[in-house]
Amino acid sequence: MRVTLTVNGKPYSDDLEPRTLLAHYLRDTLNLTGTHVGCDTSNCGACTILMDGKAVKSCTILAVQADGSEITTIEGMANGGELHPIQQAFKENHGLQCGFCTPGMVMTAADILQNNPNPTEQEVRHGLEGNFCRCTGYHNIVKSVLHASELIK
Amino acid sequence: METYIGKPIKRREDNRFLTGKGRYTDDIKLPGMCHAAFVRSPYAHAKILRINTEAARNAEGVVTVFTAADGPGDFGVPCGWQVNFKNGDTMREPQHPLLAKDKVRHLGEPVAVVIAATMALARDAAELVEVDYEELPAVTNPQEAMAAGAPLVHDAWEDNAAFDWCIGNDRAEVEAALKDAYHVTELEFVNQRLAPNAIEPRSYIADYDVNADKWTLYSSTQNPHLIRLLLCAFALGIPEHKVRVVSYDVGGGFGSKIYHYTEEALLIWATKEIGRPVKWTADRSEAFLTDAHGRDHVVKSKMGFDKDGKIVAHLTDEYCAMGAYLSTFAPAIPTYLHGTLFQGLYTTPLIHLNVVAPFTHTVPVDAYRGAGRPEATYLIERLVSKAAKEMGIDPAEIRFKNFIPAFDGVKQPGYQTQVALQYDSGNYAPTLEKALEIVDYKGFRQEQAEARKQGKLLGIGISTWIEGCGIAPSAVVGALGARAGLYEVGHVRVQPTGKVTVFTGTHSHGQGHETVFAQFVADRLGIPIEDVDIAHGDTNEVAFGMGTYGSRSLAVGGSAIVKSIDKVLEKGAKIAAHKLEAAVEDIEYAQGKWTVKGTDKSISFGDVSLTAYVPHDYPEGLEPGLDFSSFYDPANFTFPFGTHIAIVEVNADTGKVTLKRFVAVDDVGNVMNPMIVDGQIHGGVVQGIGQALLEEVVYDDHGQMLTGSYMDYAMPRADDLPFIETDRTVTPCPHNPLGAKGAGEAGTIGATPAVVNAVVDALHHLGVDDIQMPLTPQRVWAAMQNVQR
Amino acid sequence: MIPAKFDYIKATSLDQAIELLAKHGFDAKVVAGGHSLIPAMKLRLNRPAVLIDIKGIEGLDGITEEGGHIVVGANCTHNQIASSELVNQHVGILATTARTIGDVQVRNKGTIGGSLAHADPAADYPATVLACEAIIEVLGSNGQRSIPAVDFFTGMFTTALEDDEIITAVRFPKVADGNYQKFYQSASRFAVVGVATVKNGSSVKVGITGVSDSPYRATAVEQAYDGTGSAAEHAVDGVDVMSDHFANAEYRAHLAKVMVKKGLEG
Repeated sequence: MRVTLTVNGKPYSDDLEPRTLLAHYLRDTLNLTGTHVGCDTSNCGACTILMDGKAVKSCTILAVQADGSEITTIEGMANGGELHPIQQAFKENHGLQCGFCTPGMVMTAADILQNNPNPTEQEVRHGLEGNFCRCTGYHNIVKSVLHASELIK
Repeated sequence: METYIGKPIKRREDNRFLTGKGRYTDDIKLPGMCHAAFVRSPYAHAKILRINTEAARNAEGVVTVFTAADGPGDFGVPCGWQVNFKNGDTMREPQHPLLAKDKVRHLGEPVAVVIAATMALARDAAELVEVDYEELPAVTNPQEAMAAGAPLVHDAWEDNAAFDWCIGNDRAEVEAALKDAYHVTELEFVNQRLAPNAIEPRSYIADYDVNADKWTLYSSTQNPHLIRLLLCAFALGIPEHKVRVVSYDVGGGFGSKIYHYTEEALLIWATKEIGRPVKWTADRSEAFLTDAHGRDHVVKSKMGFDKDGKIVAHLTDEYCAMGAYLSTFAPAIPTYLHGTLFQGLYTTPLIHLNVVAPFTHTVPVDAYRGAGRPEATYLIERLVSKAAKEMGIDPAEIRFKNFIPAFDGVKQPGYQTQVALQYDSGNYAPTLEKALEIVDYKGFRQEQAEARKQGKLLGIGISTWIEGCGIAPSAVVGALGARAGLYEVGHVRVQPTGKVTVFTGTHSHGQGHETVFAQFVADRLGIPIEDVDIAHGDTNEVAFGMGTYGSRSLAVGGSAIVKSIDKVLEKGAKIAAHKLEAAVEDIEYAQGKWTVKGTDKSISFGDVSLTAYVPHDYPEGLEPGLDFSSFYDPANFTFPFGTHIAIVEVNADTGKVTLKRFVAVDDVGNVMNPMIVDGQIHGGVVQGIGQALLEEVVYDDHGQMLTGSYMDYAMPRADDLPFIETDRTVTPCPHNPLGAKGAGEAGTIGATPAVVNAVVDALHHLGVDDIQMPLTPQRVWAAMQNVQR
Repeated sequence: MIPAKFDYIKATSLDQAIELLAKHGFDAKVVAGGHSLIPAMKLRLNRPAVLIDIKGIEGLDGITEEGGHIVVGANCTHNQIASSELVNQHVGILATTARTIGDVQVRNKGTIGGSLAHADPAADYPATVLACEAIIEVLGSNGQRSIPAVDFFTGMFTTALEDDEIITAVRFPKVADGNYQKFYQSASRFAVVGVATVKNGSSVKVGITGVSDSPYRATAVEQAYDGTGSAAEHAVDGVDVMSDHFANAEYRAHLAKVMVKKGLEG
């Protein structure tokens, strides 16, 4: 089945089995391996990307459902060598350890800050409820998102 | 010149992770690579009557299907630690086959493997493998496994014990002291089974090169050399020099990626059979069923006190599950990594721990962050807090009364415990004092009393913890049953231009070695941190290593690097002395150059490096090059310690616990990078909180897992938590050159009892004196109901 | 994790979708956001031969005011509902309910129609559509039907929908005074107990989810309501209360009473 979509500003068109999950299409066909898969039940959030500007879990979307959409993955966040302010904030606040949940965290943070540019700590914590991290205890991730909201201003 | 030690240097590994350029095993694709899917047992215990693979073999895209009978049944993965029975009998050590042969012994045990062109086709075909089973009764609880008539996990032996073990003083002496004690506190509970849940599931790619007759294994392991050793010497008997194990980026381990798993040995076996690379990545569902679990102790304890609240004796009996087979380090966890910490921070004069370790029809149990030490700390800290309540002593006060007095391990000797080990250095009271000050302990008690009047249930819990890490002196662990040495390797290669590549046998899966190690290397060499690169995770690059676990990377791995740096500087001095036309004794090294003492004659590190590789004008008899490798075998374990305090509120209507504050004052010895140490503490603490409040692997009576996905296994999320407040004291380790003790497991070890003590404190006036973990709303509510009835 | 094979058809009209449903019967499944169905398909607990995607059908994702009702299109996402001005103004309880579902990402994709059709016994919307006395609008081969919420849920994962029927919209009466109380299951964040309360003067309507294999109107509570929270005692009267390792029947029944009390007093 033909799927045509835009990923990180570039157009793509591929023939896929309908059962191909968007996460697998990004990883296996487009080699955008920054999008990770950490669970089977749409809980962990490691696969989070932006679809038409909104954070979604790409492991729970068929690639065919994404036909015609605009996708942004973690690879599309930095501007050349310059990190996106959210990425910068994660680095400055040690908001990552093993790095596996990080792309999903950054993409979810982008959604949070887009809808609420000045979130409180509790709003950030609530916003991150769909993303698991096993390394950081979320402490520095929450700080990173709060800091990112300052950087974006 | 800028120095780096002790500064919160930002991590150099971050950019690749933040831009999606990490290289995790599942990100790797090889030409011609095919995919494996495992057919797994749907039963905890069953006879395999028949396997029919014909339909699967003929399915679309299938390369082949293997069962035990095709060869893998002849091979098994080894156990790396031997703990014999108390009576001297040898530990019972069943074969742990790569694929089950005539019987399956835990839910999810692999029975067949399908290899196909794509992951999806492998999964499709795996569904076509027909296996006829005869289900048998199962036992999953370690105490029940030792009951008369319990279903046997391995028919070769008359009962399920893998071994039994004890440590400490003579049991009769401890029992007598308890009999005479002024007060005895008793506690019975289950330290529940946990699933480690690194967010990256395990992943392996095996690739056999027929022309070179060499194998490469890409693996999400915490210890590539150890896997190579176990794979070659024990599992498959293939030549070690022809195997390369690569583990680039690993998405968290927490112990679960130490072990040599059947899947990785099977893939190495299979790649040669099929002549193609083959990949397998676990689903989360498979991870729950097959990653080694942690904890699972059934505990019965007594602690005796004199009338002043001083501990006089401690006796504990435990049943500790091994699971269906002995995993790599499994026998060491409830024994030498557990019983040896029963001294805690206290002067307890008499201690006895007895452990029975049975096989159970479950996935194997092995080290999970803390590994034996959280279980010891939980037990001791619950006993002490429970005793304080029973005796009417303040929980902080009872700890101050019992602390071992301060000792630095240099002027004062180390502290000899009743349970084999000698603590290196310690100064325990200041961490408790500091933590009490941070939470405003007296102020909180007033707030608690006020809140109670309004029906609000607030509680505070203290945990003062110690652990033994920096694993470990090889001769000591060898005497205790380890089948490997636990030294570490550090290789410092100075390039001709004075740039430095350091190869470490430890492995970073989130700990930030690429940054932290570069900090002290740059400081010791007096060169910019940009001139230092840290390499790890590839057996073809790094000479050898034992890997990362037991909070050992800096204390052991870092010390090995320091040894090599010392060798570099010693040789560099000879070259410098020659170039400066001075005697070696007359020159000194500082800030990246050798200087003739008392003069301004000097030569830089870079010039000496170049000279070492372009030895035209060179000391006679000295070898060219500036490249040293060292093995460092520590003199002792290291013993970090600290105090954790939790403040909770319990909802009287629902039993739901809200964590209001968490304070951790830890002493991990010298700190290289406080940002990274704090990060380690945060993460560790939250895993400890997870055990206290949320996490539990539940098997039903048939050995089916009721918590096999994130829909049923609860892990902490961002909105379950407050910020973790951290502070520290510094008591250097006296026996390693960095003075570092280790921070990886600290948080997990200290946190759990602090939270449970806090909840019990909140409910104690209602008559609640203990609640089984995890403290789910249902359990807390039931505890309140039970005392009200 | 990857679903078993299926054929995928992107429907461009409701008529086409219904025709396909009628043709493939039990072998077909409708997908919109996919956040109930795709997880089950990945685990291969659900393996339709044909997947009919209705997300692209025009007219199913609006929120409008019609004849005193707020009409929510079946393809509206939870997030769309939570942030809709019309919903917040006139059926605030629905916006609150939507905000408790899943997480940011799930709310960006999952739809009200999908959730209702899936009828998970721990889902949130059922309590609220029951308490609001919402009407589920459905279309099938035999035409259009308006199913009152109370008749819609027939059991665990089962509804009054015929095999060839599709939910097109949910029609909510305006609600001035209502609230949704949820006790979260700590792993899945579904409802252990979810209670929707709609008050109108001296009368009250209470919908409860998570407690039984099917959501229900707590009529015993409604009848006993006296303006205080005391009627909460009747939250599970005549109900077969579910039990699992997060909440056994005794605790779940207790929670239902606690949540109903909060709702009545809220």
